[in-house]
Amino acid sequence: MNIYVVMKRTFDTEEKIEINNGVIDEEGAEFIINPYDEYAIEEAIVLRDEHGGEVTVVTVGDEEAEKELRTALAMGADQGVLIDVEDLDEEPDHFTIAELLAAYFKDKEYDLILGGNVAVDDGAGQVAPRLAEKLGINQVTTITDIKINGTSATIERDDEGDVETVEAQLPLVATAQQGLNEPRYPSLPGIMKAKKKPLETIDLDDLDLDEEDVAAKTRTVDRYLPPEKEAGRMIEGGPETQVDELVGLLKNEAKVL
Amino acid sequence: MANTTETSLKGAGFLIEEVTPGQVFTPEDFTEEHVMIAKTTEEFVVNEVVPEIEKIEDHQFDISRRLLEQAGELGLLGADVPEKYDGLGLDKISSTLITEKFARGGSFSLSHGAHVGIGSLPIIFFGNEAQKKQYLPDLASGAKIAAYALTEPSSGSDALGAKTKAVLNDEGTHYILNGEKQWITNSAFADVFVVYAQVDGDKFTAFIVDADCEGVSTGPEEKKMGIKGSSTRTLLLEDAKVPKENLLGDVGRGHVIAFNILNVGRYKLGVGAVGASKRGIQLAAAYANERKQFKTPIAKFTAIQEKLGSMAAETYALESTIYRTGGLFEEQLGKLTDEEQEDGTKVANAIAEYAIECSLNKFYGSETLDFVADEAVQIHGGYGFMAEYEVERMYRDSRINRIFEGTNEVNRMLVPGTIMKKAMKGELPLLEQAQGLQEELMMMMPEEPGDEPLEQEKYLLQHMKKIFLMVAGNGAQKYGQALEKEQELLMNVADIVSDIYNMESTILRTEKAMQKNGADAEHMKLLLTQVVCQEAVNRIESHAKESLVHMEEGDNLRTMLSILRKLTRHTPIKLIDKKREVAERILQAEAYAV
Repeated sequence: MNIYVVMKRTFDTEEKIEINNGVIDEEGAEFIINPYDEYAIEEAIVLRDEHGGEVTVVTVGDEEAEKELRTALAMGADQGVLIDVEDLDEEPDHFTIAELLAAYFKDKEYDLILGGNVAVDDGAGQVAPRLAEKLGINQVTTITDIKINGTSATIERDDEGDVETVEAQLPLVATAQQGLNEPRYPSLPGIMKAKKKPLETIDLDDLDLDEEDVAAKTRTVDRYLPPEKEAGRMIEGGPETQVDELVGLLKNEAKVL
Repeated sequence: MANTTETSLKGAGFLIEEVTPGQVFTPEDFTEEHVMIAKTTEEFVVNEVVPEIEKIEDHQFDISRRLLEQAGELGLLGADVPEKYDGLGLDKISSTLITEKFARGGSFSLSHGAHVGIGSLPIIFFGNEAQKKQYLPDLASGAKIAAYALTEPSSGSDALGAKTKAVLNDEGTHYILNGEKQWITNSAFADVFVVYAQVDGDKFTAFIVDADCEGVSTGPEEKKMGIKGSSTRTLLLEDAKVPKENLLGDVGRGHVIAFNILNVGRYKLGVGAVGASKRGIQLAAAYANERKQFKTPIAKFTAIQEKLGSMAAETYALESTIYRTGGLFEEQLGKLTDEEQEDGTKVANAIAEYAIECSLNKFYGSETLDFVADEAVQIHGGYGFMAEYEVERMYRDSRINRIFEGTNEVNRMLVPGTIMKKAMKGELPLLEQAQGLQEELMMMMPEEPGDEPLEQEKYLLQHMKKIFLMVAGNGAQKYGQALEKEQELLMNVADIVSDIYNMESTILRTEKAMQKNGADAEHMKLLLTQVVCQEAVNRIESHAKESLVHMEEGDNLRTMLSILRKLTRHTPIKLIDKKREVAERILQAEAYAV
């Protein structure tokens, strides 16, 4: 089975994030594999171990993303591909990324393309569905379980808390939801082996693309952190006074009633 | 000077010669693999170990055992085990990083450390082929857990005075061991003990003793001040029947094993202190930002900033010296052929070259951690005294580090002792350097160092080395062999050596980083180095003065003190401002961010 994972390097949203003039301060940020993509990588490795074949992890980014590719290889993926967009003049958006990936997959043979349901940094969840459309193949999002039977897949997907079971024909794009699996840690032997695994870097020329072919359709105008939570207020007095005061505040100040 | 690089890379060579940034390993030299290994270890400890700490503290040793096996699956037990025996045979920087990251696991880091360190290393270094084949694959995977049994009720620092006896039976098949080994880490669940006993009454010898061997049992769990989650019991040997094949090394050569293992143990203790100190800073900084008094986060008070500034500077010195020592091990091991690398004795010898550095790492590391833990509690105020707060445990856990693996006093005295031995053997041209020193120093005219970054620090470093030579040389001349009875002097000299190692390691690290990334990007490192060096110079001056006053009188003393004044003459830096600046960065990152 030829399994591909589309992966994004993101900053760790659980660490402290600083924004200067609408740009995230990369100096202080910690970078990780997007956690939803990590589920995808884990699932790809499990499926390969069960059905044979190879796992290729593809990312669009700059040279720094090689670290996350190397981590994926240390987890057990077979090869990594970096589509390098460092030279792009404009900031790429989801359209750009999907176009680049579609161009990459054009001459590839794939049975399954896995990705995260969303990336934790922008939460858009656009790239994988766009890619599936562009390739003209089936797609199932927010999956929590997948079984491959020959040329089809039986998938459980998270339907806003309910579980939906879906059958779909390969080739297929599927995006991972929390609960799909528990991603493994890259083991030390895995890390040492990853050093020797192939990691290829390609650019727009290799994909026969010009910059205008992938020019972003959207532009991010600003980014800012949510306002800091203000200190709570204690309401004094007996139960009745407290209730009156609370109702008053909810009506007049918070205007939720 | 001939063989400059040779001497400067020898144990304690830094006292005699100038070392260049290219010769030291620094955390900025980590490879991509190092970073990944550190991350896997950290994630394992934070996600798997930390949630279980309370249960581990409660002596649920089945959890410790399970976590060790899990660690084994990830390769976290096999770094020092050669590939030939199913380990990973990684470099010493990798195993250092693993130890540093395990520190976050509290008591569990002791279980891990005792297993991979003092438990497994005797077999890795000194086991014969059959022993290595029999034990190492299981120790690397975590199928078997190891422990180390040296201390006895009546022999602690005087380890070679052990009373446990071993006698070969009449059939010549087994050694019969009798005695008690005290305070044995991992004893509740260890499968393998490395035990020291006197063969025929006076031949100190090491054995590999299986826990299921007839006559082997353990006593009740000790009740301890800290590291409560590590198992500590007495190992009881009552006519324990140990197959003669389990003799480790040669009869009467146990001290060679014990001392070599202590070197690594001391180094690794310092490594653990790096990890724990960083955690202490993290907790203290986060709390200082959050806690408000007088409607102000206490982080805004400069008395708190002073504490964080000092904590960060000491940790920077410790981290720089630790990784420098690790780099020295690698340097020595790199000189070995592949075949020699497989010979554990050769590896142990390469490490023994740096016995002095290991002692420095041990006592400075444990004292840095004690200082950091103490100040972290202080910053937490009353809450720091409450068991819900991690710093409370950290404070209790820290204390033992100044005691085990050789007390800090024993380790201090080893420093000048070993330096003198090396000098006598001609391994260190100390006496040559000391000769004519006084004359040179009398003639010396103090200069004014330039104001380029690190210029004053480098200038002072050279002078501090001269102070070391003056004090140590004078002591050796005055007391000869009787110097070993002047323990206060020896400890002062050890402190001077430690401060020199700290100064030089931070200077070289910062210089190397600035060469690579530019001075602007490494401003924090510069600040930390300036603080470390200023405080080191202040301490060295005071230790040297106390020592000289003890040794000399009258005109002689006055002359020496005037030399000391010349050597320490400088315009002090603004320590208070520098520490405030350091603290600002620490508070912003809520972490040891250098």
